[in-house]
Order: sequence, then C-alpha cells, then structure tokens
Amino acid sequence: MKFGIVVFPGSNCDHDVYHVAKHLLGQEASFLWHKDASLGGADCVVLPGGFAHGDYLRCGAMARFSPIMKPVEEFARRGGLVFGICNGFQILTEAGLLPGALVRNAGLQYICRDLYVRVERQDTPYTARLKAGTILKIPVGHGEGCYYAPEEVLRNLEEKRQVVFRYCDAAGSVNAESNPNGSLRAIAGVCNEGGNVLGLMPHPDRSAEEILGNAQGRKIFESILHAWQQARRTRI
Amino acid sequence: MKARVYVTFKRGVLDPQGKAVCSSLHQLGYREVTDVRIGKFMEVTLGGLPRQEAEKRLRAMCEKLLANTVIEDYRFDIQEE
Repeated sequence: MKFGIVVFPGSNCDHDVYHVAKHLLGQEASFLWHKDASLGGADCVVLPGGFAHGDYLRCGAMARFSPIMKPVEEFARRGGLVFGICNGFQILTEAGLLPGALVRNAGLQYICRDLYVRVERQDTPYTARLKAGTILKIPVGHGEGCYYAPEEVLRNLEEKRQVVFRYCDAAGSVNAESNPNGSLRAIAGVCNEGGNVLGLMPHPDRSAEEILGNAQGRKIFESILHAWQQARRTRI
Repeated sequence: MKARVYVTFKRGVLDPQGKAVCSSLHQLGYREVTDVRIGKFMEVTLGGLPRQEAEKRLRAMCEKLLANTVIEDYRFDIQEE
C-alpha cells in the first residue's frame, strides 16, 4: 500500500506519519509537496499535523487553496482514502471535505497531553480493526480543536453515523470533564458520508509504538492497511 | 480605494476570548457590560476597479478566504481615497 503524505509549509508531523507508514507498517510512503499537481499514485493521502501556512487567518484557511488540494478533493470524491490529522482535520473542514469547523479551545489554552477517545463505529476504513466502544489513549496537541457545527448539521452527522471518535474518560464515559476543548457532542473525529475521508484531532501518529510509551494509535493505521487490503481482495 | 472588512463569529458559536475579556471588564468595575464578542478587522487596499466591481470581488474574497461562513459573518465598507 502506498501512503502519500502532504507537506505544507509549516507541517510538522509529516515525518511522524512517514515513519509509521514506512517503518512500522512496512508500506510504501512518499511526501507530496503542497505545490504538486498529482498524488503520485497514493492509495491513502494523509494531511499531517502542524501549522500549515502558519495558521494565518484561520487554521487551514490558506492550505485548502494549495495546488495539491485539487487532486486531493478529486481523489476524495472518487472514494479515495483521505486522512486529516489535527491541522489536517482543520484543512479538510476548511476545504469543505468534512462538515463543521474547528475553533479555539473553550479553555483558551493550547492542550498537549494524552487523553481518551471512544471508537463509535467499526465500519470505516480507519477503524476496521477496532470494535465500536473501544477506548484508545491518544495524545492531542492543539489550540483550535473545539469542533463546531450548526445544530442541524450535528443532527445529520449523528443520523448518518459520521461521528467516528468521541472524547471520553478512561472508562469510556463521555462527560464534561472528559471533553478537553469544548467540542460539541465531544466530537474528536468525523468522517464524510462515504466514510473514506476522516478528520481526527488527536494524534495516532504520535502514539504508534511502544518506545514512545504508547502504541494504541497504531491500530488506526493498521485499520487503514487492513481495509485497503480487504478492498483490493474484493476488486480482484 | 480601501475596504474595511469585519469578520465576526456567528451567533451561537462559542467565543471564549470574548467571554474572558467580558469577565475582565467586570473585574474592572464595568458591570454594565453584558457580552463581548471578538472578531477580526482587515484593511484591504485595492486599485483600478470601479466601485461596483470592487464590491462584487470583495464579497467573493470574503466567501472564499477571508471568512469561514460555517462559523463567521462578514461585512465591509469601501472608502474612496
């Protein structure tokens, strides 16, 4: 499987994702410069964390107009796997590939720590190896991670089961204390209607191997690989 | 000509900065303040366009880039120099 990792000026988790794809999953991985016009045959495009274009104006506001975003949008519309982590999630909402927006944390502070998320559904390529209800410990690092969408959009998201990850406590319960940033409905990750585009605020790339003290995030990347292999098998 | 563009959060979008400033004003004794909303102010200088065309293009700039209409409203006024 081939991972394409988009590098914007200001991306800073591109190498983390590359390491996971290449060295932990043993798959092909390549960087895609934001000015590139093609995805180089990638099976999964990852928009990594960081501060694309300095987060000027709004997080992701300018990155969404980088030339690479045109083929990313076409790829996403064709059902291709597009995974936005943290800043990548912000870029996907700005680009309109995912609903809603990510605004300043309710507590105003930048949050950088481990926390828990609950997997809400298994039938997405990003959670194929995770049962619904699984609790993952994954770190976050963001100042603008408060998920917002108008009420009717939220209702629609719930109806179509597009909330894939929710902030929770260690026991899996979703409450005010376990919500780090004021996200509406404790949303930590949402997918598009097709399930092929996912945005996630926490960083599975920073928690993918034991040497980092936490390998739970790796299951998300393993799910992507597993889902891709399954899909290929059915195509053949 | 110069355009002054104001971008503000839509009603219903949490503005924690505004809340913090509001409570600071309360602590300073300005009890009459009931709410503070913080937005963005941009000065855009443009040249060589008739006013109507400039308005049309500014609206497009706001819709595309200057504001995120999921969470923000915008308005602008144009001053001839």
